Order: sequence, then structure tokens, then C-alpha cells
Amino acid sequence: MEQKTKINAEDGKQDLVITREFNLPLDLLFKAYTESELVEQWMGTKVLKLDNKNHGSYQFETSNNGVVMFKANGTIHEFVPNQKIVRTFEMENMPIGVQLEFLEFEKITENTSNLRIHIIYKSVAHREQQLKMPFAYGLNMAHNKLEEIATKLNK
Amino acid sequence: MKSNNYTMILRRDVFQALADPTRRSILLLVAAQSMTAGAIASNFDTARPTVSKHLQILTECELLLQVQNGREISYHFNAQKMKEVADFIEPFRQMWEERFNTLETVMKNYKPKE
Repeated sequence: MEQKTKINAEDGKQDLVITREFNLPLDLLFKAYTESELVEQWMGTKVLKLDNKNHGSYQFETSNNGVVMFKANGTIHEFVPNQKIVRTFEMENMPIGVQLEFLEFEKITENTSNLRIHIIYKSVAHREQQLKMPFAYGLNMAHNKLEEIATKLNK
Repeated sequence: MKSNNYTMILRRDVFQALADPTRRSILLLVAAQSMTAGAIASNFDTARPTVSKHLQILTECELLLQVQNGREISYHFNAQKMKEVADFIEPFRQMWEERFNTLETVMKNYKPKE
């Protein structure tokens, strides 16, 4: 399968770059980042606040059966429609800390566009912490599966 | 990226091995306690040859090590190999890939409100 999303994370650095080419016109790609109900659909989180302007801010929250599982927030420093968003991002109650994000949106053709996200972490260790998270999540999923199997066996 | 092509290929194999939920369950079982193939298979509903195939894949990418005890072979969890992949970027990339794939689908179905 083709890998459309690329991550460039050099060893020992405290930043990384995510790039992705979309089969979407530039304005639709940008809209996915600016309308709450669209962000909710692709991020899989509830958008409590999304004030897209210079000195604006945003808040996300994800609940599972009434229990809050994930909270994130940030401030928007610069907002240029169809070009760029400069913002901070922080997951609450997580050891990753605040990160600074530069999002650059670019037209390739009428129907394709490119997104480049440059993320800067507080330190090299904070970046490593972030990179390990999805891996830990994968292991948790495996653990849940194992519990499922164990429960089945006990019946 | 510093890695040469050879290590990139090996690492991708490890992640393919980890992508399967049954194989992850096997790893978790063996991580708790070394076991023979038979003991591992008895923990799953899956047919024995299927479990053997999973064990072969996990052994080939060195996530499991085979140790001969007389006539029996037991499987051991290779924590060192797991540590190597734990630092690697692939799960992070896959998370974004899936998220962006969803974004693309959502926006392809998007109808502007009049």
C-alpha cells in the first residue's frame, strides 16, 4: 500500500516534520481544519471551542461512556486562510508538554494539495515521549484483546 | 534519516509482525512466561498450524527466541528487540496516515451548506 504520509524525524532533534499530499482542492483541505463539525469527524474528538483567528484558541475533548479520555487545547498565533496556521498544542495530563506547530497548506493542482506540519517540542526527550505513545497504545490494544481471550476461557 | 535500507526493511517486517492482533497477544503471553508452542496454542481458539505460522513470523523477526530444552522447544520474549522498535516512528506515522485518510474521505463527501 502506498504511504502518503511521511514523517521526517532526525535522531537527537527536538522537532519533526509531517507531510501529506491530499486528493483534495486546497480550500477543502483547509476547511477540514477550520470547521468544528469537520474537525470532529476526522479527529474523532468533540470540539469545545475553535476560534480560528490571530490570537484565537481551541479546545478538544474525547469521552467514552461519559468518561473524559482525552483533552487537548492550544492557542492560535497566526491564521492565514488557505496558507498557514501557527498554533500551540497541548494534551492535558500528559508528560509531552506544549508543542509549537507550523501548518503550511499548499496547492499542487486544482484537485490536489499538500500539508506540511512542522512540530517543535520542548526537548529531545519530549519528542521521544510523543513518538512512543502510539506504540504504547498498540500494546494496550493487544492487552485488551488478551483480557478478552482470558475472559472467554474462564467461561 | 540515518538508517540504511537494510535496517529499514528489517524494521518494517517487525511492524508487520506486530500489526496482527493474535501475534501481539502471543507476545504478551510469552512476555509473561516462556512457553512451548503447544502451551501457546492452547490459549487460542485458532487452529494449531495458524499459531505455528504466527510463531514462525515472530521468530523470524527476532521478537521471539527459540530455546531447545531436551526434546522441547520453548519460546522466549526478546525484550531487546522490542526496545529497538519501541523507539521507532512507524506507529506514529500510521496514526497520522489513518487520521489523514479519514480527513480525505470526510472532505470528499463534504457538501457546502447553501
